[in-house]
Amino acid sequence: MNKSNPMTDTSLPANWFSRLAHPGVFLSWSRNWIAPLAALTIILFTIGLWYSFFNSPPDYQMGETVRIMYIHVPSAWLSQMIYTLMAVSAIGTLVWRHPMADMSMKAAAPLGAAFTAVALFTGALWGRPTWGTFWEWDGRMTSTLVLFLMYLGLVALWRTFEGQARGTRIIAIFTLVGALNIPIIKFSVDWWNTLHQPSIIKADGLSMPASIYTPLLIMVVAFTALFFTLHLVGMRTEILRHRANSLERRHVSARNGTSSGTTS
Amino acid sequence: MEAFMAIIVRDIRLTLRSGGSTITLLAFFLSVGVIIPIAVGPDKETLARLAPAIIWIAALLSTLLGLDRLFVADHEDGTNASLHHASISLEAISFAKLIVHWLVSALPLIVATPFMAIMLIMDMPTLLRTIAALMLGTPALVALGAFGASIAVTLKRGGVLAPILIMPLAVPVLIFGVSAISPAPGSGTSEAAFMFLGALSLLAFAFTPFAIALALRAAHE
Repeated sequence: MNKSNPMTDTSLPANWFSRLAHPGVFLSWSRNWIAPLAALTIILFTIGLWYSFFNSPPDYQMGETVRIMYIHVPSAWLSQMIYTLMAVSAIGTLVWRHPMADMSMKAAAPLGAAFTAVALFTGALWGRPTWGTFWEWDGRMTSTLVLFLMYLGLVALWRTFEGQARGTRIIAIFTLVGALNIPIIKFSVDWWNTLHQPSIIKADGLSMPASIYTPLLIMVVAFTALFFTLHLVGMRTEILRHRANSLERRHVSARNGTSSGTTS
Repeated sequence: MEAFMAIIVRDIRLTLRSGGSTITLLAFFLSVGVIIPIAVGPDKETLARLAPAIIWIAALLSTLLGLDRLFVADHEDGTNASLHHASISLEAISFAKLIVHWLVSALPLIVATPFMAIMLIMDMPTLLRTIAALMLGTPALVALGAFGASIAVTLKRGGVLAPILIMPLAVPVLIFGVSAISPAPGSGTSEAAFMFLGALSLLAFAFTPFAIALALRAAHE
């Protein structure tokens, strides 16, 4: 191979991109990140929850139930951010065959499904006292529900492809096609919604007083930190599971005395 | 172009000779149309109001369930492996397959729609709009179904998975499809819905061949 090529010459120190790509190197540096991230999450949640329960006023219309928003809005934000992260990782998988992008996609899918479920659930809880119904076929709720179904499909897909190396690329393609479809789905649902129900529910977030805005912002950051902590742990677990599987395979083939390399 | 036509002719011939699959699809389409009125009850006004939705749901289910094995036979007997070395690109082959599968799995449904209309007590103008909407919208459904099938091609138990994956993506087609037939009262949205439906089908037919080819290559690795 060409000696001057930095990608193939192993005597050169790897650049940050390759350092990120190597599972072993990733394991060693990410270990030092988990504790600080977790601590940051706990601190942010302590401040944020204290603000949202004790240091913010009840809404003059919705009363105490406005506090549901401090859980609802961050989860809804995460439900979209996580899909974006998965789509970016999918590009990493398809373009650079980046092994960490695979892990990132896989670890993010169940987390995304969970946060979307929390957003839908708290939305239903909030809707009951505010609008008098658990579920309203409102544009935003409907497209979040469709997003939730997409997450469930992805989780099912990962489970079905378990242990197949080629599955990763196929799932990446599906993730990307889904990402391209999300704006179309959102548009069509909004269109459908304005046809069938002439705006019962108006979005409120236009003029929010600082007393509500501050805890909301802290909670959004806290939820994001929580997600990144869980995501990092999930990626590490994925690498370790991968290693355990290949160790097991090697052990089995060594005991059987056959050198038939079982390539997943 | 010659190779393109060869693929089309081959696939049509295979479907016609193996028989059954188109008939099964039709039977499924019609039985969904029979089962919903039985569940809803024979009230004429309710049925007339639900008819567009019933027809679209029947069309959606039959295309999604009917296409799940689209690439499996070719994958199992090795045809896909040889198609990787064909004189035309895998994208073009996927495009040819989309055309064939629209012809053999969506066109029969559209032909059968008048029978459905009789059962659902539809009037003539609505029937014509329904046929137009199906003509415009089913290409998108076929493209999405084929994409789902290409995702699940290597899976032994992929049968139910592909429809589950594709169902959320088919939401826009369903929305515009139903709105095209029965516009909301007091608004002339039918035309806009037809436009969107056509746009969806064009987009789907233009882009899914690339996604399908990517998925088939990944499956081949």
